Amino acid sequence: MQPDTTDLQQLADDAVALVAERGRAVAGDATVEGIVRATRTRLGVTRFANSFVHQHVGEDTTEVELVVAVDGRTASTSTTRTTAEELGELIDAALASALEQPVDPHWPGATPPAEVVGASRFDAETAEADPTARAELVRAFVDAGAGLDAAGYVDTDASWVAIATTAGQRAAGASTRATVDGIHQTPTSAGSAHQTSTRLGDLDGARAGTIAAGLARDAADFDDLDPGTFEVVLGPEAVATLLTFFAVYGFNAKMHLEGASFVELGAQQLDPSLTILDDPEDPRAVGLPFDAEGSPRRPLTLVDQGVSAALAHDRRTALRAGATTTGAAIPGGESIGAVPLNVRLLGGNRSREELIGGVERGLLITELNYVRVLEPKTQQATGLTRNGTFLIEDGAVTRAVGNLRFTESFLEALAPGRVRGVGADDRLADGEFGPGMVTCPSLHLAAFTFTGGARG
Amino acid sequence: MFEHAARAVEAALAAGAAYADARVVIGRSERLDAQDGELQAARSSVDAGVGVRALVGSSWGFAATSALGDDAAAARAGAEATATAKASALVPGRGLELADVPVVEDSYETPHAENPFAVPLEEKVGVVVGATQTMRAVPGVAVATAQLLFWDVEKWFVSSQGHRIHQHLVESGCGMDATAVGEHETQRRSYPQSFGHVETAGYEMVREADLPGNAQRVAEEAVQLLSADPCPAGELDLILESSQLALQIHESVGHAVELDRILGWEAAFAGTSFLDLSQLGSLRYGSELMTITADATIPRALSTFGYDDEGTPAQRVDIVREGTWVGVLSGRDSAHLAGVEPGGMVRGDGFNRMPMVRMTNVGLEPGEGTLEDIVADTKHGVEMRTNRSWSIDDKRLNFQFGCELGWEIRDGKRTRMVRNPTYTGITPQFWSRLDRLAGRDEWRPWGVPNCGKGQPMQVGHTGHPAAPARFRGVRIGVGG
Repeated sequence: MQPDTTDLQQLADDAVALVAERGRAVAGDATVEGIVRATRTRLGVTRFANSFVHQHVGEDTTEVELVVAVDGRTASTSTTRTTAEELGELIDAALASALEQPVDPHWPGATPPAEVVGASRFDAETAEADPTARAELVRAFVDAGAGLDAAGYVDTDASWVAIATTAGQRAAGASTRATVDGIHQTPTSAGSAHQTSTRLGDLDGARAGTIAAGLARDAADFDDLDPGTFEVVLGPEAVATLLTFFAVYGFNAKMHLEGASFVELGAQQLDPSLTILDDPEDPRAVGLPFDAEGSPRRPLTLVDQGVSAALAHDRRTALRAGATTTGAAIPGGESIGAVPLNVRLLGGNRSREELIGGVERGLLITELNYVRVLEPKTQQATGLTRNGTFLIEDGAVTRAVGNLRFTESFLEALAPGRVRGVGADDRLADGEFGPGMVTCPSLHLAAFTFTGGARG
Repeated sequence: MFEHAARAVEAALAAGAAYADARVVIGRSERLDAQDGELQAARSSVDAGVGVRALVGSSWGFAATSALGDDAAAARAGAEATATAKASALVPGRGLELADVPVVEDSYETPHAENPFAVPLEEKVGVVVGATQTMRAVPGVAVATAQLLFWDVEKWFVSSQGHRIHQHLVESGCGMDATAVGEHETQRRSYPQSFGHVETAGYEMVREADLPGNAQRVAEEAVQLLSADPCPAGELDLILESSQLALQIHESVGHAVELDRILGWEAAFAGTSFLDLSQLGSLRYGSELMTITADATIPRALSTFGYDDEGTPAQRVDIVREGTWVGVLSGRDSAHLAGVEPGGMVRGDGFNRMPMVRMTNVGLEPGEGTLEDIVADTKHGVEMRTNRSWSIDDKRLNFQFGCELGWEIRDGKRTRMVRNPTYTGITPQFWSRLDRLAGRDEWRPWGVPNCGKGQPMQVGHTGHPAAPARFRGVRIGVGG
C-alpha cells in the first residue's frame, strides 16, 4: 500500500470543476468559490478486555467534504457517496443552500496557491496492517501481565487526503499512525501504558504490557489520602491533558477573538521552563503538512520560555485578526476555531527519578481522567487521577494511594515559579482525547489541589 | 437495500461466521450555527454505506465500506468481518452466544409532524440569526450562539437468523447560549439546555422551543451572573432542575448500568462500574423515590425507535425500582453472558461503527407536586440550573457537576442568584438523599446528543426524562 493519492486528487479536481460548472449554471455571474477535501480512511482497531480480543473492527471509507461560496454566501457539506452523479447532486444542493444564506462576513475566500513543503509521514506496513498484526501486539501486551486482567486497544490508521480549491491550491498527502494503549488490572488497581508512532513497527506490546503490569501491581495495596494541596509529578499522559485544554481553549485564535481565551500575548503567563510549540516538523509528529483548508502547516512557538507568543490561526480567524494563517484549520473550524494539532512541550533534562527525587511530599500521577473545564478563561478544571497514583515522601515513592478528584486552574498550576522540573521523557502522549496530538514530558509542579477521594 | 445487506451477511457466513448481521445506513444531517446575529455555518452531510458484524468464537469482527450499491464490495466487507473475527483467535476468550429474540420482518418510522429538511432554509436561518441578534443586543453579552440540528436516518437490517427490518428515524434539535465576559471569568446561560436539546420529532419541536422568545431572558441572566455572589459552600439541600437531573441520571445511573461496562468490556477507556451482577436485585441504589426505567418507546424522547441495531424490539426495562437496583442495559451477547433478558439497547453511530450497548431513554419516574412546592419546602439550599461541566470517575461513583446558575434558598424563598455553582457526591449516597420529586406536569424527555463511548469513538443520542428533584445534605460549592 503506497502513499499515492492520484485517485483522490482526481476526485478533488473533478469536484472543483463541477463546483465551477454547476455554479455558472445556477448563479450566473456570481462569484462561485469552492474548497474540496477528499479523504480515504483505512482504520483497524483491535480491542481487548478480560485479557482477550472481544471487538475487532475495520473500515475503508472515502469521503468528500466541500465548502462552497456564492458571492460570499457559504455552505458546507460532506458525503461518502462519490460517483460523479452523486457529487453533482451534492454540489447542486450546496449551491442552492448557499444562495439562501446571508453573506458570511468571515469568509476568507477559497484557499489560494501556497506551496506545501513539509513531508507526509506514511509507513506502508502500518497502512497495510492486517488484523493478525494488531492481534500479535495485543498478545504480547496481555502476556506481559501474567495473572492480571488486561484491557485496551491496538489500532492502525492510514489517511490519504487531497485538497483542491477554485483559487488554484492543490495539496495532497498520506499519513499513518499506530497506537497501543492498555491497562493491566488487579482486583483493586490498574496501571496503564501508551505508545503512539507513525510506524506500527515502532510499537512494543511487551514493553507496554510490562509497564502497565508493574504499575498495577505497585498500586494494588493502597490507602486513601485526605484531599489537600500537594506537590505533584505528572506523567506525560497527565501533562498532555493540560496541554490539550490549552490548545483548544487558549491558543485557539477564535476563542481569543471572542475574549474567552486566557492567552495574553507577550505576557509571562507560564513558568520560564516551559516552551510550547505547534510543531508539524517534529520527526515524531502525526498528520499531514497541510490543514483542512489546504494551507501549509507552519511551525509555531506558542509559548516561549513561559511567555505567550502566538495563536493558532486558520484563514477565517486570520482575516478577522489581520494575521496570517498558521495552517491550523480543522473540519468544522467555522464554529470550533483553529487548533494546533502537533502540540509539543519541549523536554527538559531531568530523569523521572530526579523529578521524584525533588519532591518532599507529593503525588506521582500517571493519568488524569474525565477532565472538564469549569471556566475556560481561568482554565479551572476538575477530573480524577487514574491508573496509578502514588505518594512521594522525601524524594521516593513510598506507597500507592487511591484515586483523587482535583479541582485546579491549569493556568495557575503552570504559572511562573510553579514548575520545579521538566522531564527528559518527552514522547507522544494521549491526554484522554485521542492519540497523536501532543508530545510532552513529565513535569514536577509545586502545587495541585485535590478536593476529594474517588470513594468519597 | 435488503439484498445488498444480505450479500454481506452471506459472505460472512461463507467465510465461517457462526452468526452475522449487516446494516445498510443512509444518514442525512443538517446543522445551522449562528453567532452574534450572523450565520456562522450551514453544514449538511450524507453518510452512506454498509457495516457487517460477524461472530466467531469469543470475538466480533466488523467491517464497513462506503461503496454502497456495489454488491461485490458488500461481500468483501462480509468476508473481511469474518476474517477479522478469526484473527482474534490469537488472543481467545470464552465463546460468545446470543440471547434469543423474536425474528421479525418489520418497519418503523419516527412519528413527526413536519419534515425538518423540508422547512425553508430562510425560515430556519431566521430563527438562529434572530435569537443571536436579540441576545447580543443585551449590554454585557460578548458572544451569542444558536444552533439547529436535524437528522434523517434510514436503516435496513438483515441478520443470518432472518431479520429484515427497515427503520426511518427523524431527530430535531435546537439550542442557544449567551456568554458574558468579565475581567477574570466568563459566564454562560443556555436554553433549552447545554449543548442543545434534541428529540425524535420533526420541526415542530423547534417551534415549540421558541428560541427567539427566550433569548432576552437567557442573555440577561448571563450578564447578571458576572456580578452574582459566589455559590455558598457546605452541606446544603440541593434542588436540581430537570435538565441537570437528566445529566445526573445519564452519568451516575445510565453508564453505571451498562452491562458491557459491568462485564469489563470497556475497562480501559470508558471504564467499568461500581456495580457487581451479584448485587442485582438487592443493592440499594437510592431512596424509595428513585424508580428508573429504560424505555425506548416514550414519544419524542431521543432514544425512541422500533428496533435496536441487533433487531431486538424497543421495550421498557426496569432499572431501579423504589431504590433497589433491578436491571441493566444489555445486548444479545452481554445478556446471554449475564443470564438476563436482552433489553434492545445496542446501537451503532452510522454504518461504519460496530453497534454497542447504548442507553435508551433512561429516566426517573416522576413524583408529585411542583418545583415551586419543593422550593417552598426548603429551609436552606441551592437550586441549580443547566449543566456547565461534568466529571465522574471510571466506576461511576465519584462525580462533580457545575451548573450555569444557582439560586440560594432560605426559608422557602429564592433569596439571591449565585454564580459558579458546583456539587459533588458519591453515587449511591447521593441518590439515597433524594427526598422530593416533582410530578408528571414538569417531567420532560431531555435528550443528550453527545454521549461518547467506544473505540473508535461513537457519539450516541440518549434520552433522560426527568422532573425537578431535591437531595438533602449534598456537598455544594467545591472550590480549587
